[in-house]
Amino acid sequence: MKTVNLTINGKAVTVPANYTILDAAKQLNINIPTLCYCAHLGSDEINKPASCRVCVVEVEKRRNLAPACATPVMEGMVVHTNSQRALKARRTVVELMLSDHPQECLTCPKNQYCELQKLAVEFGIREIEYKGEINKFPVDCSSNAIMRDLSKCVMCRRCEAVCSKVQTVGTLTGYGRGFKAKVGTASMIPLADTSCTFCGQCVNVCPVGAITGISYVKKVWAAINDPTKTVIVQTAPAVRVAVGQEFGFAPGVPVTGKMVAGLRALGFDKVFDTNFSADLTIMEEGNEIVERIKSGKNLPILTSCCPGWINFIEHNYPDLLHIPSSCKSPQQMFGAIAKSFYAEKIGVKPEDLIVVSVMPCQAKKYEAARPEFAPNGVRDVDYVVTTRELCRMFKEAGVNLANMDDEEYDSPLGASAGAADIFGVTGGVLEAACRSVYFMLNGKELEGEAINFHEVRGLAGIKEAQVAIAPGKTINVAVCSGLGNARKVLDMVRQDPNRFQAIEIMACPGGCINGGGQPFLHGDAGLLEKRMKGLYSEDERKVIRCSHNNPDIQALYKEYLGTPGSEKAHHLLHTKYHSK
Amino acid sequence: MSCCKKLSEGAEAKFAELDAFIATLGVDRNDERRRGRLIQVLHKAQQIFGYLPREVQQHVACKLFLTEAQVSGVVSFYNYFTTEPKGKYCVDVCMGTACYVKGSEKVLSELERVLGIKADTHPTEDGLFSISALRCVGACGLAPVMMVNGKVYGKVTPAKAVEIVNEYKKQG
Repeated sequence: MKTVNLTINGKAVTVPANYTILDAAKQLNINIPTLCYCAHLGSDEINKPASCRVCVVEVEKRRNLAPACATPVMEGMVVHTNSQRALKARRTVVELMLSDHPQECLTCPKNQYCELQKLAVEFGIREIEYKGEINKFPVDCSSNAIMRDLSKCVMCRRCEAVCSKVQTVGTLTGYGRGFKAKVGTASMIPLADTSCTFCGQCVNVCPVGAITGISYVKKVWAAINDPTKTVIVQTAPAVRVAVGQEFGFAPGVPVTGKMVAGLRALGFDKVFDTNFSADLTIMEEGNEIVERIKSGKNLPILTSCCPGWINFIEHNYPDLLHIPSSCKSPQQMFGAIAKSFYAEKIGVKPEDLIVVSVMPCQAKKYEAARPEFAPNGVRDVDYVVTTRELCRMFKEAGVNLANMDDEEYDSPLGASAGAADIFGVTGGVLEAACRSVYFMLNGKELEGEAINFHEVRGLAGIKEAQVAIAPGKTINVAVCSGLGNARKVLDMVRQDPNRFQAIEIMACPGGCINGGGQPFLHGDAGLLEKRMKGLYSEDERKVIRCSHNNPDIQALYKEYLGTPGSEKAHHLLHTKYHSK
Repeated sequence: MSCCKKLSEGAEAKFAELDAFIATLGVDRNDERRRGRLIQVLHKAQQIFGYLPREVQQHVACKLFLTEAQVSGVVSFYNYFTTEPKGKYCVDVCMGTACYVKGSEKVLSELERVLGIKADTHPTEDGLFSISALRCVGACGLAPVMMVNGKVYGKVTPAKAVEIVNEYKKQG
């Protein structure tokens, strides 16, 4: 590899020739502040339009200041990252940005998580010299998942890059020019009318409060405090390895028991687990996989637990809508079972039972509001809050997870197998399905190490593998995360429908651990890796690793549903997809 | 992507003309240069339709294998492209430096007052006139300058501008 020698702040360093000044400075542990720069997780895509000029540095023998994020290193280069000239320019840049930014930090949803605010703190900005016109754009709350407040937009265009290049959804674009420029949709139509999948990756990368989730926290508090309602909560698999981040736990450490205790302390009547319905999903989807493999029809089967991905296929691949599994997602299966089986069991009317989901996701808010998931006008899932929003609720109520003792989930919708935990990471759903499909096809359990399908694990965007579903019999599978990768895999399916028999797809790169509602990762792939390991450790911790061995699932079929794929199961747990 | 579905009544011939033009470019899905063709196609589309409503943008996006957002971003960036229909007579008032110091702003506001419309918005109710404020048209010696459908009028005053417009109004 060709290398280059340069000096930064008097320190000599040798780096690969394709490095930028910013890359080289990182190698020396020299911090250069950035704003528009963003390494998008799960892809090679790096957003560096060099438009914000926050990372400018002084380069000797160069007339103007250089943006460190986009300036390649050169042999013999002498760089000063903190010269008076560079510091002054950076300060001016941030002051100019703030001069056209609503000064609403105290009430902004991104207060204390805002990268612009952080820069203002670091630069010690105390007054803004520049006064003038301030853009005031209308707030777009048209969807039930994502809110866009463009008056706060700093035109870093991270959202546009993640939407069009990583996810290939292409909803966002730079719109207009000059002072009035903003990141918009086509013809500035409301987000709800676009092909947005609500994956929420734009929410994750927005450095400021211009794109945030729509919050139902107030409604959840109101329900908890309404004596006429029974309020139950379900927690998605990926939440347990991310929520600790906000309470001083090491990244990725599962805090399941403390979270359960915390939810009880908030006042939920029962604390249940989406893991339970993840096991249920495996029973139904496993049954479907077995049937399709036996009949050879409608293959490959695609997983259907991710609502962002379902929105994507409904918008972009109407010709393939017959191949996703007809299973509802675990969130919706939980809602359907809660409002039927559980409501009957405890003698509460479905409309008086409030189901709250804690999800790592923005698209789950859209999914919960789909009309087909509100039989007789009563929604199966009433409110969705994200992991980030749950952390805020804990803090609001003075619940510090670090001080909580572990507690167990409630019965009968709280127990789960290890297979359910790994739903939260790319590859996990397929692995969980394979464990049970093997049993369904052969009538015997996978033994020893065979239960771990290492070939579908890891954070690679697209994984292809052959997995054993019976002694001596394998099927070809693909696992992908990130909608850009989903597009590649679906194009493969269009070209050769026989290439794969089963495919798992997650909208967010890495799966739900990197969901649009998770505590911010700020481009740190290491944190993602730790969350993944946290979920696999939860799986290994459990005695019961396969969904079909979950005793509460077995009891649910015995008492209520009959068998997987029964008429009742179909009615409650399956759905149809619509071309959009 | 659900484009190419609805066409306004009576617009089929226009879309056909646009499609014929796009066909001569030989763009295909894998052509990396297709984004570079976009401005050329939008120029043609505006020439045919007079403006670029959302429907036309969606059509262009579909034909060039781009997203609607990509097309919309380009249309919104360039002043030349308009998403509002133009009047039968397009009145352009030069707001370049020379014309401006010679009083073109007064000409513009008088025209806006007399016609009852604002520059760079919708046309008059009878569809006859629309007004645009332009940058330098390169006829500074004649400042202030206005144009009607490309015909140049020099050294105009607010009163003279109204006379010119009234002449066109008579023609209908």
